[in-house]
Amino acid sequence: MSWGMVRPWAIAMLVGVFLFPLYWAAVASFTPETQLFGHIDLIPTGFVIDHYRAVFTERALGTAVVNSLVVAGATTLLCVPIGALGAYALARLPFRGRTLVLTSILAISMFPQISIVSPLYLLLRELRLIDTYAGLVLPYLTFAMPLTIWLLVGFFRQLPRELEEAALMDGAGQLRTLWAIVLPLSWPGLGTTAILTFLYCWNEFLFALCFTLGPDRYTVPVAIALFRGQYQVPWGQILAGALVATLPVAILVFVAQRRIVAGLTSGAVKG
Amino acid sequence: MASISLQGVSKRFATGVAAVADLDLEIAHGELLVLVGPSGSGKSTVLRLIAGLDAPTTGRILIEGEDVTGVPPQQRDLAMVFQSYALYPHKTVRENLAFGLQMRRIAAARIEERVREVASTLGIDNLLDRRPAALSGGQRQRVALGRAMVRSPRAFLLDEPLSNLDPVLRIETRAELALLHRRLGATMVYVTHDQEEAMTLGTRIAVMRDGALEQVAAPMDLYDRPANTFVASFIGSPAMNIWPATMIRTDREHLLVGIRPHDIELTSPDAGDAIGRVEILEPLGPTTLVHVAVEAASSSRARIVVQANTRIAIGDQVGFRVHRDRLHFFDGTSGRRVHFDSDSSVYR
Repeated sequence: MSWGMVRPWAIAMLVGVFLFPLYWAAVASFTPETQLFGHIDLIPTGFVIDHYRAVFTERALGTAVVNSLVVAGATTLLCVPIGALGAYALARLPFRGRTLVLTSILAISMFPQISIVSPLYLLLRELRLIDTYAGLVLPYLTFAMPLTIWLLVGFFRQLPRELEEAALMDGAGQLRTLWAIVLPLSWPGLGTTAILTFLYCWNEFLFALCFTLGPDRYTVPVAIALFRGQYQVPWGQILAGALVATLPVAILVFVAQRRIVAGLTSGAVKG
Repeated sequence: MASISLQGVSKRFATGVAAVADLDLEIAHGELLVLVGPSGSGKSTVLRLIAGLDAPTTGRILIEGEDVTGVPPQQRDLAMVFQSYALYPHKTVRENLAFGLQMRRIAAARIEERVREVASTLGIDNLLDRRPAALSGGQRQRVALGRAMVRSPRAFLLDEPLSNLDPVLRIETRAELALLHRRLGATMVYVTHDQEEAMTLGTRIAVMRDGALEQVAAPMDLYDRPANTFVASFIGSPAMNIWPATMIRTDREHLLVGIRPHDIELTSPDAGDAIGRVEILEPLGPTTLVHVAVEAASSSRARIVVQANTRIAIGDQVGFRVHRDRLHFFDGTSGRRVHFDSDSSVYR
């Protein structure tokens, strides 16, 4: 058998491996609680939306989704412009210790989060930011920034330098050049960075768990994790919540898929 | 329009490479100075230093007598045409042309007027709403030129602006550039590695090698009186013949003698100064370049230009005679030009 004949099967198998857990979760989330632990069918027999109703009425997952959107959205909106300024300076402006700054930024992202939860908690408590949106956005900003900066530095560096020099010769200052020439040409990079930052915040669990106090401020991952009661694990609801949490992200990635790929592989080959 | 002056300018890169070493250069108001040299000679670096895109390690740069060494490029009011044109890909031709004027906060109506003016001068008025990607190489080149012209800068800096054009278009554009320079009366600094471009365009030519100036002179001065063997062989095509020689009358040894291929005549084998055998024939159209292996000097080869209709074949035994008054003499060790009284006798 030639590779050409094997390939479609290989791809199908690979896709199957990745999609099966998702499918299983979807099936389970629509299966009545009573059947969940009984006989397992690949094709669902009973179909109920009880779990979905439950997560939005009993569990207030709607609030959590809103919280997640606010926190992830705000972080992204702050992170990309600030990161772009920093990245441009690191990519283009000649100054001493540029490499040192870049490596330090990378080092920040290597900190195990758990090790700074307690000091961060004390700090946020002093600032009266516990259980607020800002109390999550600020730490997220710190942790998302290294990725943002590294991605954007790579992106800015691959732009032809002569374009910026032409802008300088035309009388534009550094900031003006960034705004009028560099940013419009880097929107695939900015888009990629924004999406990855958003995903990071959307999925973050530890900080969200520690710095929020109740359902009013829980984000989606925290809310789902706390579905679990003392005596029982409501698997149907957990899986329904997981699907709700995955959906916006999946849509976002599908829409921007091409751009993400372009962004992640940028710099690998000369465009 | 302005004069530009470089005083003792050096540029050493972080890698330790000295791109330009202790350079003095005066560019007069309204002049088209061509910086020419082989690649790596530092000519582009000189242009970038004038532009302010690189800062000199030592020395001063003056524009109109004012020291601009520490002034950033956006405040020098110079325009640059890049080899790659560096047009803003996300802007239309109109926006490309207007950008420099917008940066100077000129009224929109005046900008539009100025853009139209320049566009019609360059014959690109019908392209104003296109983006660079939809333009041909020649059109892009014009837009790049237009972007420089539109704001009437103090001087134009052109970095090999014709090197990305095909040969026919290049020669056409070259002539247009010369016209443009005359009409604008603008100070221009033009970098090229093409000696023909330098000869045809420059009011003066600065020949560079290894970050230093070899000679600065008007094109025909450079051609008639090259200061050293490097300039002699770099300027003029086909390249000058340069042979080791000894001056019999003064008994001076270690000399180099140069003669341009156009200044040698083919003769019958018994009538010339020397004889040789034809090795290669290169037809150039109106003329043919003949490579002759000289018999008296086994390693020497003479390049001679003859009319295309000359009857000659590879392997022919020929004689040739050099025009004595067209000989150039250079010192054998330094390569510098040496002056002798005319009618010197030469042994080769």
